[in-house]
Amino acid sequence: MTLFGRNIPIAFSLFVWFGLWEIVGRSGFSSFIPPFSKVIETAFVIAQTGKFAAAAAISLRSFAAGMALAIVVGLPLGFLMARVAFARRLLGMWVNIFVSAPISALVPLLMAVVGIGETTVVVTVFLFAVFVIVLDTQVGVQHADRSLVEMARSFGARRSQIYTKVLILSALPEILAGLRLGAIRGVKGVVIGQLLVAIIGVGELFELYSKHFLMEEFWALVMIVFLFAFAISESLAALERKVEYYAGSR
Amino acid sequence: MPRPGITSSPLFWQLASFALFFGAWEIAGRWPVSAAFPPFSATLLALLEMIGDGSLGKAYVSTLQPLLIGIAICGVAGIGFGIGMGLSRTVEWFTLPVFIILQAAPMAAIIPLITYLYGIGLTSKVLAVIFLAAPVVVMNSYKGIRNANPSLIQMCRSFQGSRRQEILKIILPHAAALIFTGLRLGLAMGFIGVVIAELLITPTGIGDLITYHSSVADYPQMFAAISSIILIAAVSLHALERVERRLFPAEIRGS
Amino acid sequence: MQNDTAVEVRNISKIYSGNVEALREVSLAFPRGKLCTLLGPSGCGKTTLLKIIAGLIPANSGEVWVNGRQVDGPGPERAFVFQDFALLPWATVLRNVAFGLELRGMPPEQRNEIARKHIAEVGLAAFEASYPNQLSGGMRQRVGLARALAVNADIILMDEPFSAIDEQTRRKFQEELLDLLKHHRKTVIFVTHSIEEAAYLSDQITLLSPRPGRVAKTIAPGIDHSRGPDEIRRDKHYLDTVDEIWQMLKQYVD
Repeated sequence: MTLFGRNIPIAFSLFVWFGLWEIVGRSGFSSFIPPFSKVIETAFVIAQTGKFAAAAAISLRSFAAGMALAIVVGLPLGFLMARVAFARRLLGMWVNIFVSAPISALVPLLMAVVGIGETTVVVTVFLFAVFVIVLDTQVGVQHADRSLVEMARSFGARRSQIYTKVLILSALPEILAGLRLGAIRGVKGVVIGQLLVAIIGVGELFELYSKHFLMEEFWALVMIVFLFAFAISESLAALERKVEYYAGSR
Repeated sequence: MPRPGITSSPLFWQLASFALFFGAWEIAGRWPVSAAFPPFSATLLALLEMIGDGSLGKAYVSTLQPLLIGIAICGVAGIGFGIGMGLSRTVEWFTLPVFIILQAAPMAAIIPLITYLYGIGLTSKVLAVIFLAAPVVVMNSYKGIRNANPSLIQMCRSFQGSRRQEILKIILPHAAALIFTGLRLGLAMGFIGVVIAELLITPTGIGDLITYHSSVADYPQMFAAISSIILIAAVSLHALERVERRLFPAEIRGS
Repeated sequence: MQNDTAVEVRNISKIYSGNVEALREVSLAFPRGKLCTLLGPSGCGKTTLLKIIAGLIPANSGEVWVNGRQVDGPGPERAFVFQDFALLPWATVLRNVAFGLELRGMPPEQRNEIARKHIAEVGLAAFEASYPNQLSGGMRQRVGLARALAVNADIILMDEPFSAIDEQTRRKFQEELLDLLKHHRKTVIFVTHSIEEAAYLSDQITLLSPRPGRVAKTIAPGIDHSRGPDEIRRDKHYLDTVDEIWQMLKQYVD
């Protein structure tokens, strides 16, 4: 997009949308759409409340715990499935089913089995994130440069050295892509889990705000959560770009 | 001892894979892990019973209807919009950042609000499906268009192809596979959306079946309902993937 | 302009964004019915010049004259053969070869008939219904060549057409190209970085110097192509040409 002969960065279009939002909000078109400026103001107000701090803390904790679990389980499982044929044959089908299955349907099951609380949300995050991490790790390790492995072998590398010095690094671009997709799904998992459990974290706030028709608060929270999701995904994408130089050379 | 040939048969491993999963489930249920965790056999019986008395079939009529309507709307409007985004720099400038953010965002957060606007009927469910599925459908169509091979476009120009021909004969066929993939991923998101909508706002369909059996502690029935939606999602997504591979086999894929 | 000049470029300059000067004041004439080569190390702008002649990219300044008329875009009298073949992966060999005619709106029976003739000519008659990804690199480039012949342009622009093909196939292909040109009176402008290829094929060789690309020298090897290929490759004249070019280009290689 150019204006008066100058290139305008694409991210600037967001300001156009915010402007539009402001106009629609001010025109009183719908009570569901308060002006954008009010929403931002409210975002700063609620960000300082104790209720938000508590909700954010519990949500971040669930997200971090679920993601950590997904990484600890997902990476080794991905390696195992890439290197051991019978593990791949036994588990491949289930990973493929669950990577695109509606995990949201499992939340009531978790609520019944592990109880209505934070643990359910942690497990929801785990289930949302783990399968894509397994799958991408497996693909990365399987596609790891064969000639690199042969090179390492020809120089007398031990099995453990092949893993630590060749395979992990060679599969790093795919592993990071898996982590980024896993994290995006993890954020969705926190929100969905908390919405369905309904008594904790930002999910509780979303319910609360929409039930009491606090639209400024509702949209402020949406902005905060979307911003967080975007920041997580972009920072992992930046990490990916750091290793892109050797992903591109394959 | 199995014959040496049997371990190379995919069917053998598929059966072994089922046996492993369901076996572990059976043991976990009988142990029991939790009072709310029924063994596989009890769940299977409950599933057959629910199929038999028609409650499952009735639930799916009201679950699949909004899913299909939502995906159909995404298929027309979402793909059309994604194509427009890929072809026009102006549309791209205005909308790409929005969709990049929406693709990473937990759209489910909006669902509680939908009830307020559209009540607990079909419209709300359709909207939930569209909200979750649209970003991936739009983005895949957009990427398919933008990734068109520049060398093929130059080729078309060198033979004096018009912009119209360039779009119809090069860019769209090239993007078709990726657009189809987007629709499949959209369906996967749509399943998530319709389930959340039914669990959260509208007491109908498979979500209602899950909630109801959970509330009266009929855990085998609840597990059966959950398994059935995962099964249906898995089967339909797998079928779409096969159609995709048939329509766009690796040797003729542009992307 | 004389009638025996098919293509002429006058004072062509090209600067890519980021101030990369690809070509500076290049003026060249390509005689009708001859095979002319643009030769030079990578980065000398030879492909850029060819694409400017094809009308695929605009020059910053200068003129392109084709058959006595100034042009500023692609035209039916020029056909391009791409380094990466540029075949539609979802279309059969037949449709790919007929594609140029399809774009012109020729009815299917008519264009398929013409395409079949050219497919047979490049030796792919048995592969009409195959898809490009089922063919070897050499066969794919035959499809690219047949597509260029099918539109019956009198000028064929070839951008390193054999660079993605293995050496044996490449030699065979070179011989066939010369053979083909005996039957069709075409003007060919051929970009290559292979000295042997240029010396073997060309009626006229233009050496370009790198960064920015300028005409360093124009050579007419004057090799008699009516003799057999093996004889030519042992010919003193051919070997001298190869050596002369190498002495010239050596200075550009670091």
